[in-house]
Amino acid sequence: MIPAPFEYYAPSTVKEAIGLLEQHGDDAKLLAGGHSLLPIMKFRLAQPKVVVDIGRIGGLDKIEAKGSTVTIGALTTHDAVETSVVLQKQCPLLPETASVIGDMQVRNRGTIGGSLAHADPAADYPGAILALDAEIVATGPKGNRTISAKDFFVEMLTTALKPNEIITEVRVPATGKTVAYLKHPHPASGYAVVGVAVVLEISGGKCQKIAVGVNGVAGKAYRAAAVEKALTGKALDEKTVADAASHAADGADAASDLYASSEFRAHLASVYTKRAILKAASRT
Amino acid sequence: MAVSSLFGASIRRREDPRLITGQATYTDDLRLPGMVYASIVRSPHAHARITRIDAAAARRHPGVVAVFTGRDLEGKINPIPTAWLIPNSDLKTPPHPALAVDRVRYAGDGVAVVVADGPYTARDAAALVRVDYEQLPAIVNQEKAVEAGAPQLHEEAPKNVAFTWKLAGGDAKAAFAEAERSGVVVRQRFVNQRLIPNAMETRGVVAKYTSGSGELTVWYTTQNPHIARFLMSVVTGIPEHKVRVVAPEVGGGFGSKIPFYADEAIVAFCAKATGRPVKWTEDRRENYLATIHGRDHITDLEIAARRDGTLLALRGKTWANLGAYLSTAAPGVPTILHGLILTGCYTIPNIDYEVQGVFTNTTPVDAYRGAGRPEATYLIERMVDLVAARVGLDPADVRRKNFIKAEQFPHTTAEGLSYDSGNYGPALDKALELIEYTRLRDVQKQGPKDNRYLGLGLSTYVEICGLGPSAVAGAVGFQGGLWESATVRLHPTGKATVYTGTSPHGQGEETTFAQIVADQLGLPIEDIEVVHGDTGAISMGWGTYGSRSTVVGGAAIAVASQRVRDKAAKIAAHMLEAAESDLTFERGRFSVRGTPDRSKTIQEVTLQAYLAWSLPAGVEPSLEASAFYDPTNFTFPFGTHAVAVKVDADTGQVELRRYVAVDDCGRVINPLIVDGQVHGGIVQGIAQALHEGAAYDADGQLLTGSMSDYAVPRARMFPRFVTGRTETPSPHNPIGVKGVGETGTIASTPAVVNAVMDALKSFGVTHIDMPLTPERIWAAIHKQSDKKAEVKAR
Amino acid sequence: MKRAISVTVNGTKYSNEVEPRLLLVHYIRDTLGLTGTHVGCDTSNCGACTIMMNGRAVKACTLLAVQADTAQLQTVEGLATNGDLHPIQQGFWEEHGLQCGFCTPGMMMAALELLRRHPDPSEAQIREGLEGNLCRCTGYQHIVNAIQNAAGKLRGAPVR
Repeated sequence: MIPAPFEYYAPSTVKEAIGLLEQHGDDAKLLAGGHSLLPIMKFRLAQPKVVVDIGRIGGLDKIEAKGSTVTIGALTTHDAVETSVVLQKQCPLLPETASVIGDMQVRNRGTIGGSLAHADPAADYPGAILALDAEIVATGPKGNRTISAKDFFVEMLTTALKPNEIITEVRVPATGKTVAYLKHPHPASGYAVVGVAVVLEISGGKCQKIAVGVNGVAGKAYRAAAVEKALTGKALDEKTVADAASHAADGADAASDLYASSEFRAHLASVYTKRAILKAASRT
Repeated sequence: MAVSSLFGASIRRREDPRLITGQATYTDDLRLPGMVYASIVRSPHAHARITRIDAAAARRHPGVVAVFTGRDLEGKINPIPTAWLIPNSDLKTPPHPALAVDRVRYAGDGVAVVVADGPYTARDAAALVRVDYEQLPAIVNQEKAVEAGAPQLHEEAPKNVAFTWKLAGGDAKAAFAEAERSGVVVRQRFVNQRLIPNAMETRGVVAKYTSGSGELTVWYTTQNPHIARFLMSVVTGIPEHKVRVVAPEVGGGFGSKIPFYADEAIVAFCAKATGRPVKWTEDRRENYLATIHGRDHITDLEIAARRDGTLLALRGKTWANLGAYLSTAAPGVPTILHGLILTGCYTIPNIDYEVQGVFTNTTPVDAYRGAGRPEATYLIERMVDLVAARVGLDPADVRRKNFIKAEQFPHTTAEGLSYDSGNYGPALDKALELIEYTRLRDVQKQGPKDNRYLGLGLSTYVEICGLGPSAVAGAVGFQGGLWESATVRLHPTGKATVYTGTSPHGQGEETTFAQIVADQLGLPIEDIEVVHGDTGAISMGWGTYGSRSTVVGGAAIAVASQRVRDKAAKIAAHMLEAAESDLTFERGRFSVRGTPDRSKTIQEVTLQAYLAWSLPAGVEPSLEASAFYDPTNFTFPFGTHAVAVKVDADTGQVELRRYVAVDDCGRVINPLIVDGQVHGGIVQGIAQALHEGAAYDADGQLLTGSMSDYAVPRARMFPRFVTGRTETPSPHNPIGVKGVGETGTIASTPAVVNAVMDALKSFGVTHIDMPLTPERIWAAIHKQSDKKAEVKAR
Repeated sequence: MKRAISVTVNGTKYSNEVEPRLLLVHYIRDTLGLTGTHVGCDTSNCGACTIMMNGRAVKACTLLAVQADTAQLQTVEGLATNGDLHPIQQGFWEEHGLQCGFCTPGMMMAALELLRRHPDPSEAQIREGLEGNLCRCTGYQHIVNAIQNAAGKLRGAPVR
């Protein structure tokens, strides 16, 4: 399969890239690792007139701890997230999530910024990004702005990014060890049929704080608010968790496809939510 | 026969060095001077009338050499024929034009071809060919396609019925009457889903036509170059002696590279019309649409049994989806290769079965690994388990009770086949022992852990291999012979070239055939070269499929080798001034009995055969022999596969815990290669049970159109397989082999489904159609649980 | 408009003018004539096109040639050195890790990185490490054996 022809630019600075986006508007597509864009271009489902390859912009692939926040450059590969010592220590949910994206070759090329910008609801990062209350830094003609995770995902394949903005950084808070990401991969694509990310704070045998991010289930990733509410302040025994987790898809418009009906997806969301919470809780 | 260490040795494959260094040449690796590239425009609709094709923009596109439509091919390229005209079935063979002229019948049907100076240009120009369609209602389900009012595909085939094939043996009616009175009758509907073969290499063709000599050379991804040459000649009108077909390195086939496709004829036409060598390489999307699919049966089946588990009769009907046109072997797969083995390895004296072949607006269906036999084995092996559950016996015991006994061979079945040899009990016992069946049954009795249910499944199979005696091929309507050719040629220096009419593409016969020759002639294996896959080098052959290459092709090589040895013995006797009857032949050396220092090596004899200075009277110079081996019967490999699964009742996921395969393929030439064939087969069969399945929407759009949608299995989905063997040589095969290319696929599918059903028995679930996806399992559990709750509430 | 790129493949430097849309795998196969790297699925599922780029296994069907400008590439043709098979090639040969051979180059290139990450891999690590590579012939067991065999040969020595 062969993509349609396009004009190609490989800017070396963010500013230059934004200039190209301004110049070409809707005709332009950003190319980072290429693992979201090139497959649809090969099917000719996307035929951008202009491709702006931001892969050669320097300095966008750093992972740095700044106080209780870790900043991750947008061009950081999934593999770099998975193997980052800083993240493993400060925010282990992200390495755990990155480790189950696609396969080794895909993780070597795909980037966190590219994945988030594509906003595929079956991608693995969105649940974790939501559960961590992460911030996405978008750079546009007027400089940087920070978008909170809950505002970032608008709907399927649509984000709060403006056409002339580029994700340059993702900021996540440091957490404890009581986190987990569990997914039910599609047997062909490897994408998440259901993926559940959990961040817990436990003290005195009780759950003080809980965040549950769910991807794969609905048109966009979401926080399982009913589950969080039901478990806050509770001891996390199996029965309590199971009862709460049964509300994992409450209010979500669960998607239906050849592999899983909406009913089954909602059911899987409950099962994986329960298992992810228990797994996170076991990591004290 | 001579027994040396090579026959039966796990030697490294001789084809591997070129493959592991990137030096192998597959079809798409070929580049000829002046070569241009074809891209085929395919219908996006499953059923439509073509009202207009406008190729002007495509023709104007820079770099385009030519654009052809169905009209351009009319009268020049004959319709693509089917080659299996099954008798007594009222078979309809509607024409299949290489490019559609006024009507398309499946999404993927070719409508035009663009030839350009590069593959990218060809693809761009193909997008510029404007085709106007008037959409017609489509039909994809074979059972609905035969109903009144369904959309009709071909005028020649009313109600979309391609054929109705019937099989009867014994007195099924009486047996069912008996079972209704005093035994049990189990009925079940089975859907054997549609599969996409997915050879890792897609199809491809390079065609070159030399007008000065009138010769067409075609390199392409085929499992059977001589059949391809024959059909290429029929379709293009180029005489057979002017056509050469070469199968370069071929990257897997699994049946999908048996057929003669429209695309080959289109590319050959383009080469002749443009005067340039033309290459066409299928992309994976096209492969899913335009390369044959496999299986796709719906079956209503009933089995009659006594209360003690004795099987009495089978009765049923299958609707076989054939797709939009009859592919090369399509009519024979769901009939001859399927119906004739339905009673499996059991004594079931009565059968009454009907198969209806049906046209639908889908990709044509043809042979996919196992071809008909997996479908049959699935039916009988599932039925045996259902009977066992009904009469309250262990599935292993019901199998053992009904096996054809060792002393009953050769055994004529209700379907009329004569099984050559078999000894089914020991294979079952060995499999049960290897999987620790008794222990696991005890574990199972302790109930589930963490809502995970243990299940054990068996499949005891027999299959038809070594296709086959030509007289039988003729009797069942196969438009070809099924014998095989071999030439063993020794060169003056004592090296050998071996020519085979089979066309291996991963099965390793360059190695196993060399082992046969080395064994027969005492040559070092590195002195033997095996040549295959070129009609210019090999007189004739019928190709590689139906687990026939080693069985029939290997036998031909053994016979040819014996002829070489016989001639060499005459010359050696002359050289040694001894009587031929006084010679012994061991490790490549002829010696005079009793005086071992009087001897000549085969190499010394070969040199004299070529020098021909002094040959015995009546012996011609040179040392080579050919054999055209036509087997007297099929071969019937058998065995038992046993599997232990754990089913997660919360998610519906199946975990394969243990897998044991005990296969009897007769004598084994290379155990390492046999294991490889078994492993690969097991994975394909398990994938059918658990993961794979092609799906269409009601309009005939393929929903599983790429490897992102269709689950080709991955390494992490499987445990380490344990393989075991029993050895019951084929009595009629010169080297005692039976074939092993398809056993794994045939046996594994029902074994896994049986194991999952066994795991779910406490829920009251008795059958789920494949693939056993998490949702299907979860839904089945919940449906039964809901039913139970309802009963309780009442 | 074509762009000039230069890449180093198996130690040899190449400079070419390419269309920006030219896929890296087609550049390697058709422009450079290194046909050992194969195209299997077109959708980055099968891994037949796996090569090493700057020391990392990548799928060359999901990269543009222009993205590889200035990169160091290694393909199956660069595995053996001076005619000596790489231990991974030896492992695949000895353990019958291939049948039709079509997936094999990509499989071996993936194994190269897998063994760099896990010099003494468990069977599970091998099976998971091959998530990005499909084989339709072998059923994977002999591939697992081949990689274990290679790991044994390589242990103590760095993966080339």
